[in-house]
Amino acid sequence: MTEHLPVLVIIIPLVLALIAPVAGRLNRIYSWAIALLATLFSFVGSVLLLYQVMYSGAISYWMGGWEPPWGIEYVIDYFSGFVLVIVSFLAVAVTIFARKSVADEIDEKKIPAFYGVYLLFIVGLMGMIVTGDIFNLYVFLEISSLTGYALVAMGKRRKAPLAGFRYLVIGTVGATFILLGIGYLYIATGTLNMADLGARLPGLFNSKLVITAFAFFAIGFSIKIALFPLHTWLPDAYTYAPSAVSALMASTGTKVGAYSFIRIIFTVFGVQVFLNQWVSVPYFFLIIASVAMLVGSILAIAQTNIKKMLAYSSVSQIGYIILGVALMNPIGLQGGLLHIFNHALMKCALFMSVGCIAYKTGITNIADLKGLGFKKPYSMVAFTAGALSMIGIPLTVGFVSKWYLAMGSLENGMWYLIPVIVISSVLMLVYFWRVIDNIFFKAGDAVKMPATPASMLIPTVVVAALCLVFGTLAFIPVNITGKAVLLLLG
Amino acid sequence: MDVVTSVKPLYAILISLVTVALVLVRPKRPALREIYTVVSALVTFAIVLSMLPWILQGGILKYHLITVLPGLDIALRVDALGMVFALTASFLWLVTSFYTIGYMRSHYPENYAGRLVDRFFAFFLIAMASAIGTAFAGNLFTLYIFYEILTLCTYPLVAYDKTPEALYGAQKYLVHLLGTSLLFLLPAMFLTYYYTGTLDFSTSGILAGNAPDSVLVITFILFIAGIAKAALMPFHAWLPAAMVAPTPVSALLHAVAVVKAGVFTIIRVVLFIFGVDLLKDLNLGYYLAYFAAFTIIVASLIALRQDNLKRRLAYSTISQLSYTILGVALLTSSGIIGSVLHLVIHAFGKITLFFAAGAIYVVTGKTEISQMNGIGKKMPFTMAAFTIGALSMISIPPAAGFLSKWYLTMGAVEADQLALVAVLAISSLLNAAYFLPIVYRAFLKPAVGNGERIKIKEAPVFMVGALMITAIAVLCLFFTPSVFLDLARMIVAAM
Amino acid sequence: MMEFILAKYNYWIYVIIMMIGFYAVIAKSNLIKKIIGLSIFQTSVFLLFISIGKVDGGTVPIYQGTEAVYINPLPHVLILTAIVVGVSVTAVAFALVVNIYREYGTIEENAILEMIKHDD
Repeated sequence: MTEHLPVLVIIIPLVLALIAPVAGRLNRIYSWAIALLATLFSFVGSVLLLYQVMYSGAISYWMGGWEPPWGIEYVIDYFSGFVLVIVSFLAVAVTIFARKSVADEIDEKKIPAFYGVYLLFIVGLMGMIVTGDIFNLYVFLEISSLTGYALVAMGKRRKAPLAGFRYLVIGTVGATFILLGIGYLYIATGTLNMADLGARLPGLFNSKLVITAFAFFAIGFSIKIALFPLHTWLPDAYTYAPSAVSALMASTGTKVGAYSFIRIIFTVFGVQVFLNQWVSVPYFFLIIASVAMLVGSILAIAQTNIKKMLAYSSVSQIGYIILGVALMNPIGLQGGLLHIFNHALMKCALFMSVGCIAYKTGITNIADLKGLGFKKPYSMVAFTAGALSMIGIPLTVGFVSKWYLAMGSLENGMWYLIPVIVISSVLMLVYFWRVIDNIFFKAGDAVKMPATPASMLIPTVVVAALCLVFGTLAFIPVNITGKAVLLLLG
Repeated sequence: MDVVTSVKPLYAILISLVTVALVLVRPKRPALREIYTVVSALVTFAIVLSMLPWILQGGILKYHLITVLPGLDIALRVDALGMVFALTASFLWLVTSFYTIGYMRSHYPENYAGRLVDRFFAFFLIAMASAIGTAFAGNLFTLYIFYEILTLCTYPLVAYDKTPEALYGAQKYLVHLLGTSLLFLLPAMFLTYYYTGTLDFSTSGILAGNAPDSVLVITFILFIAGIAKAALMPFHAWLPAAMVAPTPVSALLHAVAVVKAGVFTIIRVVLFIFGVDLLKDLNLGYYLAYFAAFTIIVASLIALRQDNLKRRLAYSTISQLSYTILGVALLTSSGIIGSVLHLVIHAFGKITLFFAAGAIYVVTGKTEISQMNGIGKKMPFTMAAFTIGALSMISIPPAAGFLSKWYLTMGAVEADQLALVAVLAISSLLNAAYFLPIVYRAFLKPAVGNGERIKIKEAPVFMVGALMITAIAVLCLFFTPSVFLDLARMIVAAM
Repeated sequence: MMEFILAKYNYWIYVIIMMIGFYAVIAKSNLIKKIIGLSIFQTSVFLLFISIGKVDGGTVPIYQGTEAVYINPLPHVLILTAIVVGVSVTAVAFALVVNIYREYGTIEENAILEMIKHDD
């Protein structure tokens, strides 16, 4: 049993994803219960896997017993195990949150189907994390993307289907680019296993084929992770998706995309080529990332819809992650990896607390938040915790990753990146404080707000509290990402 | 030097936080939260006092809580400098808690039992906890955290009245303080950490020899710009804006806790992060000193033109804070002693002045100086205390302000900076020029428009009692400054 | 030069088809036409994959007891999967368009944008 755990954390939710819509026909609650069961199983499995990695090293699982590079390999190491735990944990939190939220926002008849698609989305993400085979990566990527389009389109607002459609068009183009990159690498090397590719590619880096392959990957993944200026699908998608979907997608969707991109960069291509041969590539990404950090924040300031504001803030946060990657040094990369973890927590808390307000009221305008601080104290305190984390106040998770990113910048002698990080943080202060000011310090109408169900409040508060816990006990994620960095940089 | 691990500093901080919980649970009778506040202030002061003997013997207390990242710890440390600040803050807090009770009762009588006042007390307590935390912070990181909490929890106090001016002032307050600390202080701290790998305080400074000169200069500038709580020009605009707050807040927080936390941080950075020798080598002390001198003069000139009493006091605070900065920037032993003494003495003097302003406002509703003719006959105790406070600002004996000014002047002479001596002298004149007219108006000008006898009508006893105590303390400090003087000498001796 | 172009004719064809598809995705306002473009775009990549499996003189990769040169079957297998993915994309896209049509009564993007100009 335990030796099959790497595949079971994928397969069990996959099977349950097919059962959920059927069971939902008997009673709607069943489909939710199955979703919760599946995510819980994956979470427990992921924790066990990470534990196993910590005590006995990386796990390589051969699908059907076929030895890589011929068969498909699943790899659980410090990096994938870590991201797996984050994603599956947040999936559990959002699933608990989803029951009431989804019942409020989605047509009753569609709920069983919703949970089926929802689980498939999670399966796709988890598959992308564990797989060690790039074609398999593409398949899982498409599973999570396709279900993502559908989830976005299920939103209540009339713009939702259009946002989903646009996301589909752009996303498919991106995925096709990734497929092309895979094809080019296959032509160059004749293998699809990531580790094997990593062994064969050095020596081929002068080949135009390999350079083109990297370009395709870069564009494809930039679309998938919404790196500026290819972010245009993201704001509408996050804004019009149901609250639970926004929370899940914003916290895990782009993060897993970034994870895969990092895998491609460091496991497949290897850090050496970027340091020695393709030196302009990291510079290019540093520029893009800096622009993303600033422009994302500036666009966020201009928004009146709080979900859209959070979406633009995601655009700038992706910039932070890519900044860490493009620094190509251990500390910077560690900052990037930490930011994957941290941003997942913060954005999840923020979107869930926004979902708590939208519950039964549909409020998404910042101006309508006036005076809510005392009507919905818990969700608003959770929002504030998430906001402070985003700004990067010490003792919150946001501080830790920014600290590492700044150290990584200095390590490369790029002091000019520090003002970029700092200014972007101050811009975040501007747009988040506008919200907090409305929430706590402006008097609102005396309208009574519907009570937030505990099943929505508890996951929100827990995730928000984790932003503070891991900001204080920062050594836990720092240790794990430190080992992941060793692994990626060899 | 004996270093002992002790939980006491942690208790001193936690007491108020526990009280916050008690206040927020909403005691049945509003009087209960007053008792809680007074008791917690008393206990905090007692704990601080109980640590004093050990510190006076040259010992140090420390307590380590959590390691956030390697080299970034949350740790507490009680040394002479921290003791000076903690002693001042906790004593004045005790006095202010009585004053606050009187002020809030008479100024917000209709909703005194309400939730809003609960929150007022709660945020006040958090602010005090973080002020004590700032004093006892064992390293720059911990200091920074308390510094930020202090900003965040005083924001609602400034915005308390919810009028458009209050909200605007609060916004200005926050943008200045949080903005500068994120933009400048955090990067400065980061650079320090990057080059030294630690943020612990050391009596000889930690930066010496660890970073190139250019980086040191940039770091220093970032530090000074980032600590906007010290209200060095041009980062002073938040302080007058914060005067929209209720008077106890202005008195304790914006004459003592918040601004002194800023100055305290600057002293910490100058003495314990950079170190006297390094700054002497880099010649940075003089730049800072002249910068402070500029603020002293300009802020006094602006104060001359203010008719609103609290705003005049605010500009006076800006100018007085720069005395403290100037003292430490001289990098001479007398300068440092003067600086530390001024931190204490100005706190006592300024809080008296603010208390008086609040008492006048509560009794007569007057806020402008031009309305205050003859008020000394109506409120003799209040105005007598005000006069003592004003004398301390001008530094005329027997008010304690004379002492610190004496040491500051000595420091300037030691540093061979006669221009700065002149600045101190001119500033005293300016202080006289904007304080004495108030005293003159209050006692010698007749109240307008009535022939009848003026009846004595003082503020509630809690308020008058509080301001009398601080006024007497100003006088006492002149005659027996020994505790603070000893502590200041110890700081210098440790350098 | 001509030889160079002819020798790589499969690549040229894939690029041309791809650009045709891409053009439709970008330039067409009708959502169905966009989907058609998207399918063409994907199909071009399938063609590329299939063509790279070709080995000169190779035969069907079925072992018949004798040694022979086989073409590489792996790209074909991969493309089978990719085709399934492509079909699913098209299906989801059609479903979305149906929903959009129900909501707005049109599938012309310009007309829809005109309608929602004043929504937030």
